[in-house]
Amino acid sequence: MRFDQPATTNPIDRGRVVGVPHDRIDGPAKVTGTAPYAYERHDAAPDAAYGWIVGSAIARGRITAIDTRAAEAAPGVLGVVTHENAGPLGKGRFNTAHLLGGPAIEHYDQALALVVAETLEQARDAAALVRIDCVAEEGRFDLAAGIDGAEVPGPFFGKDPDSAAGDFDAAFAAAPVKVDQTYTTPDHSHAMMEPHATTALWADGRLTLWTSNQMVAWTVGEVARTLNMPPENIRLVSPYVGGGFGAKLFLRADALMAALGARHVGRPVKVALARPQVPNNTVHRPATIQRVRIGADRNGVIDAIAHESWSGNLPGGNVEMAAMQTRLLYGGRNRLTRHRIAALDLPEGNSMRAPGEAVGMLALEVAMDELAEACGVDPVELRIRNDVAYDPEAGPDRPFSSRPFVDCLRRGAERFGWSRRNPTPGRVRDGRWLVGMGMAAAFRGNQMSRSAARVGVDGRGTVTVETDMTDIGTGTYTILAQTAAETLGVPLEAVRVHLGDSRFPVAAGSGGQWGANSAASGVYAACMTLREALAQKAGFNAGDAVFENGAIVAGNRSVPIADVAGREGVWVEDAIEFGDLDKTYAQGTFGAHFCEVGVDAYTGEIRVRRMVGAFAAGRILNPKSARNQIIGAMTMGVGAALMEELVVDTRHGYFVNHDLAEYHVPVHADIPDQDVLFIEELDDKSSPLKAKGVGELGICGAGAAVANAVHNACGVRIRAYPLTLDKVLRGLGAVT
Amino acid sequence: MKPFTYERAESPAAAARAAARPGARFIAGGTNLLDLMKLRIETPRHLIDVNRLGLDRIEPTEDGGLRIGALVRNTDLAADRRVRRDYAVLSRALLAGASGQLRNKATTAGNLLQRTRCPYFYTTTMPCNKREPGSGCSAIDGFSRGLAILGTGAACIATHPSDMAVAMRVLDARVDTVAADGTRRSIPVADLHRLPGDTPHIETVLAPGELILSVTLPPPAGGTHLYRKVRDRASYAFALVSVAAVFGTDGTARFAFGGLAPKPWRAEAADAVAAQGPQAVAETVLAGATTTRHTAFKTDLTRRTLAAVYADAGRG
Repeated sequence: MRFDQPATTNPIDRGRVVGVPHDRIDGPAKVTGTAPYAYERHDAAPDAAYGWIVGSAIARGRITAIDTRAAEAAPGVLGVVTHENAGPLGKGRFNTAHLLGGPAIEHYDQALALVVAETLEQARDAAALVRIDCVAEEGRFDLAAGIDGAEVPGPFFGKDPDSAAGDFDAAFAAAPVKVDQTYTTPDHSHAMMEPHATTALWADGRLTLWTSNQMVAWTVGEVARTLNMPPENIRLVSPYVGGGFGAKLFLRADALMAALGARHVGRPVKVALARPQVPNNTVHRPATIQRVRIGADRNGVIDAIAHESWSGNLPGGNVEMAAMQTRLLYGGRNRLTRHRIAALDLPEGNSMRAPGEAVGMLALEVAMDELAEACGVDPVELRIRNDVAYDPEAGPDRPFSSRPFVDCLRRGAERFGWSRRNPTPGRVRDGRWLVGMGMAAAFRGNQMSRSAARVGVDGRGTVTVETDMTDIGTGTYTILAQTAAETLGVPLEAVRVHLGDSRFPVAAGSGGQWGANSAASGVYAACMTLREALAQKAGFNAGDAVFENGAIVAGNRSVPIADVAGREGVWVEDAIEFGDLDKTYAQGTFGAHFCEVGVDAYTGEIRVRRMVGAFAAGRILNPKSARNQIIGAMTMGVGAALMEELVVDTRHGYFVNHDLAEYHVPVHADIPDQDVLFIEELDDKSSPLKAKGVGELGICGAGAAVANAVHNACGVRIRAYPLTLDKVLRGLGAVT
Repeated sequence: MKPFTYERAESPAAAARAAARPGARFIAGGTNLLDLMKLRIETPRHLIDVNRLGLDRIEPTEDGGLRIGALVRNTDLAADRRVRRDYAVLSRALLAGASGQLRNKATTAGNLLQRTRCPYFYTTTMPCNKREPGSGCSAIDGFSRGLAILGTGAACIATHPSDMAVAMRVLDARVDTVAADGTRRSIPVADLHRLPGDTPHIETVLAPGELILSVTLPPPAGGTHLYRKVRDRASYAFALVSVAAVFGTDGTARFAFGGLAPKPWRAEAADAVAAQGPQAVAETVLAGATTTRHTAFKTDLTRRTLAAVYADAGRG
């Protein structure tokens, strides 16, 4: 099914199953421990040996000698894989550093060896006996020191690193009100619950990987390129993923080393990263330095806006596109965005939940708060005044497909009680707490990606959906079942969904908040094709037939689809293919965050008291799991605002706080009342479902709302995230 | 984890005797030791499980104090009616520490003997004098936000991470032990932990094999008991600064501090100026503080936390 014209009325509009809150259909399996995760496939790969990754102790250099004899002689050890015996390896397109290092070492904790043993303890113990001599080379570990030599990066997923419209410099110089500030965000760790894990099995030259991965088809290709083998000889299975947030978009060392280990010892091998290995062995969100300049008139109407961002990565790695939202969010005739990249020898930077916007909004939305203050305009009103109905770089010829941004602002403000905010900082006190309110916009682009599915119905009327789409905790199983149930007119309970197997048709995968809309549209496409097949088989004209209550109905005739399917069943496969509606129209998801914080007048501790968010993301397929996504993302936004920071040891080039005791994410006590409001919206240019993504929108701007609330509470403006209490204390007056 | 042998001790004396074996270590809750073993920071050759020694009771002492068995779990200690009534600072400190799950496992003695959370102690590829004597200290010029500013030395700036121990310090608790030869002694909690000096890997005055049997609290001193812990998130984080305070009804007060030193920290000289207010106490405690670029804020934070404590006590 090709989607290149706006959607018209279709079976999804019935709204009997789609758009109604549902519990997760995979919930019972998860809470009873019967949903098998990658490291637990004793059923599929019995007698697996255990692999333990030996990481590099230096950030950059060369291996001069490896001695594995002591490790190989240790109890239970079956073998040791290093670059010397791994055979020739290619490199995937998505990873910057090699997943098995040597002789060159590209970053700290890069995998240099895998010890395989009968037990986990034996493998881990023997790993300490692998002797790797290296010569360290000087590395570049400090982003601030690297920005002078920063370079223009190549396009990122087709997006140009620079953009401009009008004459920013002249307009900014002439603007009566100016904001010119620099904001910094640190490196972030995905900190998903399940670390990277894989069980690998070879049989007759064919490789099966049970792994925890967001993008099945991409990763099959990466395995093929890395192991120099045909992709058809690789099966990748990832039905359950314990969180990813972008850390599992690509092939990582766990999967490659498990495959190499299993080949080396001739047995299934499983490899999980220990938590302290995750930040330095895998990927992280890169730190940014962002300069935002806004020139406006005295009413706060923007005439000039510029957003420049610097980030670092290993040579050849991607830039963090932190200025992307500034191309689309606010009006203004004179514009400029710019991304630059500095070469660093830290572990590899890559995508983390809402790459670009998540940190870009931390800068832009505080700058907007500063503009509001400078103009004396209410922050909500300021954003309304700068709303724009079209892509402000391209002009009115490229309107937004749908943009209920102002609705989000107004209804969120009303729900939150924004009118009760005292605009003068530091005036509201509750015991020892200085109380403040802040807000920020939410914005994340809307991306779509081709997505296929196979759908069948059997003689009992059970519908089965098969696609290599993943559910990374997001609720994919449920929305795909809802989509099939709605389209085919059967109850939700009649639908079975099987995901995450490379034997199934290739779906969009989970990333960039494109998964739900794209994959559900793929299932919709397949279901529409199934309707045609069933109608034809039953002698109906598909155009006249209605599918409801498990039957095909036209005129006076009604035939159960179970009867049409018969004993052999009916199966079809189809895909959704997106045309260029996303080029004709600017597309995005919108929202508004509101936050109340308390700042301890003595200690500078910041505690979030409540949050309200209003969001528009097209049709909300399952309000229950969508709310769940938003709340999780808002929580992650609080983390980015207040505590998350991978601390770089710039002497040694590694992240020091590499476990969950030291890398702080919010705990329950940090997250009080959160209220989520969805604004009704159907975006007919986004997909046949008129839906958009919601998985990343909630993090975009959430942290800025917290930072703005902190300023309102105590008058301290902090532009270096996270807002730890020592930074608050620097600006806080003496204790009274 | 290196292979080790394991035995379950049947009596305190037997445990202490068994601990004379080379490389032997006691294990109780295991909330810290097992993590360290997985990382090969602790490599015991023999583990003596002391969980069945029956040292899990809280009993009154003859002089009206309280004897807390070494194996009393943190959760149970915090919830004990007598502790909540007479030693509220201890209950509050316990509940400020770790998580509910950890407190269910962690024991009184184990809490006292837990090891620093300095990130370089945990990064086995980096020098650390505590982990590998003589290798150097990575923290002094490295990431030191959580580390100490009092009682440190050129070899180590690690903090003792316990909250419970800070409360015990302000209460003048004593630690009762039995040695391998059966000798018993009572050590003021003030003297249990050593300052790092040139030997940061030696953390207590306990002899090899010496087993903690109990912690004894003196008779209740009354007053207002407070424990204020300042940290980077609302729960499940170690203290940047913590203050255990007991304000007497006669205007006196005493304080102990966490997050500032290699041991639960108390400056009796500071208690002597309590009547002059929080700034005087802070200046006395902080005399001689040595900070890094990451810990410089702790002096101001200590002053401000003391002011908060005074305010909470109605003395602000």
